[in-house]
Amino acid sequence: MIKENSGIRKSDVINRRMFIISAAKIVVFTGIVARLFSLQINENKKYLTLSDKNRIREWKLPPTRGNIVDYFGNIIAGNLKVYQLHIIPEQVENFNYLLLRLKTLLNLSDKKIQKIIKLKNKLKPWDSIIVSENLSWSQFLKINNYLYDLVGVKPVMIISRNYPFSEMYTHILGYVSQPNEEEVLENEIVKERFVPGMKIGKLGLEKTLEKQLIGTNAIQRYEVNAYGKRINQLEYQKGLQGNKIRLTVDTEVQKLSAQLLLNKAGSISVMDIYTGDIIAMYSSPSYDPNLFLFGISQDEWQLIRNNPLKPLINKTLSGLYSPGSTIKPIVALSALENNIINTNFKVKCTGKTELYGQTFHCWKEKGHGFVSLKNAMKQSCDTYFYEVARLLGVDRLNVTAKKFGLGEKVLGEYFDSEKKGLFPNTNWKKNNLGRGWVLGETLITGIGQGYTQTTPLQLCLMTAQIANGGYKIKPKIIVNDDPLSLEDAKISMTLQSLQTPNIRLFNDPKNIKIVQEAMFSSTNEQFGTSYKSRIDDPKYQFAGKTGTAQVKRISKRERELDLKLEQIPYKDRDHALYVAYGPYKNPRYALSIIVEHGGSGSKAAAPMAKELFKLIIDRDELRDKQSNFENINI
Amino acid sequence: MFQRDSLNSELSFLQKIKEIDYTLLICIILLSIISLLVMYSTDGGEILYHTKSHFSKLVVFFPLMLFIAFFNIRYWHTFAYLFYFLVILLLLYVSFFGLKASGSQRWMDLYLFVLQPSELMKIAVILCLAKYYHRIKTENVNTLTSIMLVLTIIIIPIIFVISQPDLGTSVLIALSGLIILWLGGVKVKYFVYSFITFLISLPFIISFLKPYQKLRILTFLDPDRDPLGAGYQIIQSKIAIGSGGLDGKGFLKGTQSYLDFLPEKHTDFIFTLFSEEFGFIGSVGLLILYTIIIFRIIRIGAISRSNFSKLFCFGFAFSIFIYIVVNLSMVLGLLPIVGSPLPIMSYGGSSMLATMIGFGIVLSAKINHRQTIA
Repeated sequence: MIKENSGIRKSDVINRRMFIISAAKIVVFTGIVARLFSLQINENKKYLTLSDKNRIREWKLPPTRGNIVDYFGNIIAGNLKVYQLHIIPEQVENFNYLLLRLKTLLNLSDKKIQKIIKLKNKLKPWDSIIVSENLSWSQFLKINNYLYDLVGVKPVMIISRNYPFSEMYTHILGYVSQPNEEEVLENEIVKERFVPGMKIGKLGLEKTLEKQLIGTNAIQRYEVNAYGKRINQLEYQKGLQGNKIRLTVDTEVQKLSAQLLLNKAGSISVMDIYTGDIIAMYSSPSYDPNLFLFGISQDEWQLIRNNPLKPLINKTLSGLYSPGSTIKPIVALSALENNIINTNFKVKCTGKTELYGQTFHCWKEKGHGFVSLKNAMKQSCDTYFYEVARLLGVDRLNVTAKKFGLGEKVLGEYFDSEKKGLFPNTNWKKNNLGRGWVLGETLITGIGQGYTQTTPLQLCLMTAQIANGGYKIKPKIIVNDDPLSLEDAKISMTLQSLQTPNIRLFNDPKNIKIVQEAMFSSTNEQFGTSYKSRIDDPKYQFAGKTGTAQVKRISKRERELDLKLEQIPYKDRDHALYVAYGPYKNPRYALSIIVEHGGSGSKAAAPMAKELFKLIIDRDELRDKQSNFENINI
Repeated sequence: MFQRDSLNSELSFLQKIKEIDYTLLICIILLSIISLLVMYSTDGGEILYHTKSHFSKLVVFFPLMLFIAFFNIRYWHTFAYLFYFLVILLLLYVSFFGLKASGSQRWMDLYLFVLQPSELMKIAVILCLAKYYHRIKTENVNTLTSIMLVLTIIIIPIIFVISQPDLGTSVLIALSGLIILWLGGVKVKYFVYSFITFLISLPFIISFLKPYQKLRILTFLDPDRDPLGAGYQIIQSKIAIGSGGLDGKGFLKGTQSYLDFLPEKHTDFIFTLFSEEFGFIGSVGLLILYTIIIFRIIRIGAISRSNFSKLFCFGFAFSIFIYIVVNLSMVLGLLPIVGSPLPIMSYGGSSMLATMIGFGIVLSAKINHRQTIA
């Protein structure tokens, strides 16, 4: 019985203690439920985000660059579908065999094979290796034929930049290529949108307009597993193509410029004298920007780099030349404006002039006799301009030259490489060379030699501003949102000149007229330096001024020898220049031509103007019709 | 005397069937089905290795449970000490010839499946102590010799298990043993004293922990300390559970597990997957199912006439409760990571075997609840 009793007592203890435990259990379970509640209900959003962050990964794709079109809507920098060849190592059955097959199919170098093997060891098995960035059509066909045998190989289509006019626009557009680390870091927008394989503008407008052209990345959202492998695509967000940019240039004129300068070093620029639109801007020789898209080969690069005609230099903007006689209209204008001379003022040219024991030669050994301004301009008499410059002084000449844009960048905001050039005055020499100005230097400045350095585009702008009656214009290469028609441009120019007086570059409009007439005679009257290149049809008739810039001092002996162009070493030959505007009756366009080491301006440069004006003026009507951008479908 | 004899007499097979606790049985079946579905989900929605293996284990161990249920609980009383010694022998065997995996040696290869004797010890220690307290006189419970003996019974297997090393299981064995001490009537003050002693010696104990165990504790205190290393499991587990929300991401749609962000999703972190896919509602539902099972077992203990049955049922109910609490606290980031499976749900034969044996004994206790054991 005792045992029974103790048994009952024992079970009481057990039951009582069990009750205590059970109460504790309920408390603990409640605690766990509370924890579940806090994680799953209260903090659900936070953990849902974290879980999505875990599983969703975004892949940015290279953005598609905006097209660049010429004035007529022709694409001059577009995009092309390009086939690349990728290997996905994970899917490859026999890597060595595959490499061997690809090597023979695509003619891959041993170096490339080594590179692929290295990449394969570095990357995750599901990351693709790019074997070829740009398969040619025949390669693509070959690969497609053998695709059954090439397990793990995938042709991939990508969008790549394309320049359909190849070297035609290189100096304007520049080109795109793979950026280096610095380039990615220094440009905010590139940094933000950078993805491997993306190309950025390296030069020219492609570089300066990067922000507008670049476009936004397309985004692929993938679900990935814990090891980063893509499981499936969740979303594809299309990127926006970069902005379309319309240039003021006319491909036909550009083409003709390239044709005229074929195998020559030089530059042609054509400008609308009212709107400042640059119609053509070609620097010769040029090179094919398409070569840079997928990395230029060493051989091709050396070929471009070592070309003695220097294709890498944009001569229109960065080439500095003595203006030679093309400066004479400015010298004449400056003298007229300062009342140094009038139309009756005459100088006797004997072929040379002496100053402090130094002889200054006119290009015509026999001399021009008594010459007025008109005749001096027509025949480009140096003696006349020596005398005018002497009377005018370099400082007053400098003021006029500056007004017309010499010594200042023309398109500086768009082209990093553009040079300012130089138009000297006495202060400049003192400050920069530490010596006083010498009168003899004034004389040679008066015929565009000496310190003066100009870019071809500056000369074009200078001519345009003489042609439009002496009004300052802002040259541009990109069409604004609202391009002006000719009439509107003229009206706005006159209106602006009333509001802002410094747009007027003259004191007396008569003086501009005198200079214009002098230039007219130079081209259209007998004995004019470019008389042979004239066009009599008033529709095309133009006025211009030749220039022949010495690249070295002509020695006495050389002067006596009077060598023919072919007899002088290329490097020592004069640069040939020509500036002109037309049609003379109702001017619209100005141009400047320079042929490096081309000899005399009248022989080498002026004939090109004839060809150009024919084309430009023929296309004038078309251009006016195209002024409204909306009519263009690209 | 007659009445007692009649109570102790064997029941017929039909009577036994009538006496089965069907509520408990249905809950166990339900839990088994849920565990199979979850295992199917861990296999990525296909019937692969884990699902097949889990299924085959259920097919073997569920009948084993029923088989045990039809055995009179008296036999378990009779063989309790023997069972304990047998498992001790297995532990001894494992510590010399056991299979090694990921730095610990706790398994033996039985060709059909790999047995982890320490899991069986969870049951054996309850059985052994239940028998001890069933037999001991109440006045002797708090004698020094009794307490020392009981502590020895608990400590011997723990030494084996800790040296494997397996901190989680040894803690669970200790807790299973201690609860019987508590139920057996050991004075409350002893528990209080030893708890205080434990707290004081805690820094000392920590200095004895293996580096990886220390790391787990540090990681528990601050999982963001090393988010890709030691803290990874806790962080990913919390993300999975938290992102489940109210009603979960849906069956087979748990991204955390499906995309391999969850480590050990078949075993210790099975609840995380369940919770991610079925959300708060599902998790509470599962918890309710477990609660029903636990209270059903406690009820069986309460109606049992023999103290052995009582002690075993209460002890087993408590240990199931402890397994659940430790496992859930771990995956919810409330406790450091100690390897401890979720009963029936987790993949793993030994744990399921032990749990099924336990259920079997409990069912047997129900069938024979009117019996007393001498």
